[in-house]
Amino acid sequence: MFSRAYRTAVTLTPILWITVFLLVPYLLMFCYSFWSVSASQTIVRSWNFDNYGQLVTIPVYWQTLLRSMWIAARVTVFSLLLGYPLAYFLSFYAGIRKDLYYQLVIIPLWVSYLVRAYAWKTILGSDGVLNTLLQYAHLTQHPLDFLLYSPFAVVLTLTHIYTPFMFLPIYASLEHIPRNLVEASHDLGASPFQTFWRVVLPLSIPGVLAGATFSFVLSLGDFLAPLLLGGPSGIMISNIVVSLFGAAYNWPLGAAISLCMLILVVGLLRISERLEKKWSFS
Amino acid sequence: MSEIATVQRSRWLLLHAVVVFAFLYLPIAVLIIYSFNGAGVGGFPPHDLTLNWYRRLFADDALWESVGNSLVVALAAVAIALGMGIPAALALDRVQFPGKALFRRLVLLPLILPGIITGLSLLMLFNIAQTKLSLLTIVLGHGTALISVATTEIFAGLQKFDRAQEEASLDLGASYWQTFWRITLPNLKLSIIGAALLIFTLSMDEIAVSFFLIGRDNTLPLEIWGRLRRGITPEINAISTIIFLFSLVTILLWYRLRVRAEGSPEIAELIETVVQGD
Repeated sequence: MFSRAYRTAVTLTPILWITVFLLVPYLLMFCYSFWSVSASQTIVRSWNFDNYGQLVTIPVYWQTLLRSMWIAARVTVFSLLLGYPLAYFLSFYAGIRKDLYYQLVIIPLWVSYLVRAYAWKTILGSDGVLNTLLQYAHLTQHPLDFLLYSPFAVVLTLTHIYTPFMFLPIYASLEHIPRNLVEASHDLGASPFQTFWRVVLPLSIPGVLAGATFSFVLSLGDFLAPLLLGGPSGIMISNIVVSLFGAAYNWPLGAAISLCMLILVVGLLRISERLEKKWSFS
Repeated sequence: MSEIATVQRSRWLLLHAVVVFAFLYLPIAVLIIYSFNGAGVGGFPPHDLTLNWYRRLFADDALWESVGNSLVVALAAVAIALGMGIPAALALDRVQFPGKALFRRLVLLPLILPGIITGLSLLMLFNIAQTKLSLLTIVLGHGTALISVATTEIFAGLQKFDRAQEEASLDLGASYWQTFWRITLPNLKLSIIGAALLIFTLSMDEIAVSFFLIGRDNTLPLEIWGRLRRGITPEINAISTIIFLFSLVTILLWYRLRVRAEGSPEIAELIETVVQGD
């Protein structure tokens, strides 16, 4: 029903924009990852696999990538442990206060990411709120110094940030479960645990997958929380990329690492999508 | 099943919920309380309650300049994201073209990609094109990344709207352009306002992309970031408290719209769309 001109206009405009500002930059990142830097600090457009070779042969790169994945995995698991029971409680037991609780989960999302990371820094520091509280209550004599500038601080802060993101899709999938399925399970003699394990949990897997993928991918690529709270032992892969694009001035190597991250993320999205199709109901 | 077991189970779940809420709100509470603390950011118990940090804040020109920059960037990002997101949603809804699935994925990608990848890939583009970094480059970064939000919200709005109205308008002799302005856009009004508010807020808070595209002028999050690196003062708590109050007002506005535009995607569905691609 729409004219050719209309269809061309609404299609070509965004395609052009996306090509120039999204597709071309990704392709440039791809090209850069094969280039190199000369001794006089200029970028040489000679094509080779040296940067990728360095990623494999120099341990600090793949070790940091593994550590980042380990941090992201912990963030995902902790967010799930906090978010799932909360979503289950809201969906099945909260009654008329459901909407109020729901809003309460959303509100922290509107506080700036940076500000929340900063707030944790003021809590965890050696003369921060927690340490001075512990000393005030005579629970410790000296400040606990493992709290700040450690992977612990990074995991804690990122868990705080991604718990609402984990909660939201899980809650949405729990809300979509037809309540008569749960009743039927009870009526047929299943215990509450059996009902949860065999009816509710399988039907909520798509929500879990969405929340887990989102939390894992975004915490994997984070560089601000590690810079602010991580200290030397909490460095993540993106921090290496930041330094390669800054003081270390090796854009090609930084581009190679970024491209590996991009491929990792797209791969994870595909896996999550497959699993989601397998588990989705109907 | 026994009533007692249910009550017990719901008690445990309630306790868990209380713990999670405490965890979510603890940093926000600390942030606000210490913005009034005369003795600085740490130290328990807080003492010397004061409004000094707020007074200092209002006299801080560099900070207000960055607030102004952020507002300009956010408004321009809304314009770009909507300007591209509305046609993109229309194209996805009603045009068949080769590469449609790929286009859809590309549009949504920046929302799930770590900001560093979006930021760096654009930095390379601007470097090759010899564009000087400035607020404009940040605007292009935010605008492009947030087309994803506009497209998702408006596409969802299009699913609910009765196509017969457009057909009637065309049958009665209106041009495509008139039909777009008089029928399509007014029907999408709530989705568009909802998307605009969300994009505005996300842009005001964005730091990972801006981090790489910054020129001489700072946005507010980058200004705060710069100060954090130099050392922490309750002035940062004070500005954060003010931003929090503004965000609360925005969220209330947003929810009033949500209630009216019933069925529009919530953030939950946005996440699912982005992760699962359909």
